[in-house]
Amino acid sequence: MKALTRRMHHDMGGLPAGRVRPTEHEYAEWERRVDALSMIMGRQGVTVDQRRKNIELLPPEEYDRMAYYEKWVISLAQSLVEQGIVSSEEIARKMVEVERRG
Amino acid sequence: MNAREKLGKYRPLTYYQLMEVTLRELLVEKGLTSEAEVKAEVEAMRARTPERGARVVARAWIDPEYRKRLLQDGTRACEELGLEIPQLKLVVVENTRDTHNVIVCTLCSCYPRVLLGIPPDWYKSRNYRSRMVREPRKVLSEFGLRLPRNISVRVHDSTADMRYLVLPMRPAGTEGWSEQRLAKLVNRNSMIGVALPDVPAAKKKPKSAKTRAR
Amino acid sequence: MAEAKYSVGQKVRVMESYPVGHVRTPFYIRGHSGTIERICGSFPNPEELAQMRDGLPERPLYRVRFRQKEVWPDYRGTDADVIEVEIFQHWLEAA
Repeated sequence: MKALTRRMHHDMGGLPAGRVRPTEHEYAEWERRVDALSMIMGRQGVTVDQRRKNIELLPPEEYDRMAYYEKWVISLAQSLVEQGIVSSEEIARKMVEVERRG
Repeated sequence: MNAREKLGKYRPLTYYQLMEVTLRELLVEKGLTSEAEVKAEVEAMRARTPERGARVVARAWIDPEYRKRLLQDGTRACEELGLEIPQLKLVVVENTRDTHNVIVCTLCSCYPRVLLGIPPDWYKSRNYRSRMVREPRKVLSEFGLRLPRNISVRVHDSTADMRYLVLPMRPAGTEGWSEQRLAKLVNRNSMIGVALPDVPAAKKKPKSAKTRAR
Repeated sequence: MAEAKYSVGQKVRVMESYPVGHVRTPFYIRGHSGTIERICGSFPNPEELAQMRDGLPERPLYRVRFRQKEVWPDYRGTDADVIEVEIFQHWLEAA
């Protein structure tokens, strides 16, 4: 009996898709820092599994549109908030402060 | 230096760049990390280039016993060479006359980062992740690698804790080469499986009449 | 280390079910049968780690080999082409 199915957006193995364009780019410093922060917090219990879960829960259009490290930084933020390491309010205030600083 | 200047370009921060600065500053303020630790981590990752993977391959080409150990327990074999490979659980798969291996992570972008560095954009792309499991030969041909039908294709979907390295076949015309010289032929894409190693440069000029006469 | 239920060469089938949460058994392989290529060891359950739990006790992880022609109805490669996937024990049953 064939089961009823539901495929998550990130679970794309086997779906039709276009030609692979062998693009690469030199990673920017901010991207490397996102990677570094993720590794550092990974050693403090913010697991790669939790971060992956949060990437997988991004709305499909965002998942497709966002660059790799854009997804990582949002997922890291989400994971930190989930764990109570930082709060939404702290993030909100700090973002305003940083933006004002210029 | 303000946040924008730290980026090295005088453009407004994007939302995501702003988030990076924000998280970093909050975590530093809370004492969970430091600017020095972040910097050290960035530098450590920058130092992890595909040359590390190439060393492993070159050693396996030179030393058949090492090759056996590498295929048996990839992690331990890397440690033997003194490579710093935190958390890595490595499976090495060898290309043979009959079999070609290629690696993909359909669910995200799992990759042996500590041996090869940060994965390239295309490895993380929708097109690669979707199609490599289903039509590997077609995708490989798009990379310029056409495999005859007497060679079977073995695709590895890196879905859990293991990470994969392809051990390519040693190119012909490299007899007597040193390990360092061999390592230079091992390009990153050959260790993912979408390419073959570089071939040795064109043969040297023929010996002069004087030497041939000896 | 947790006791591995399946052995190398054994034929296994991937559970054909579609739950929610962070699951590392890809959609395309569910319901398919293959053989155990190796036992990778035991690891914490990523499904639980994703939810900020410790994922213990560790569970056996296998690499399972599938024939491409059996996975994809329209597969155009050769009969010998395979795909190998890491799958946790709780997603497998003896086939």
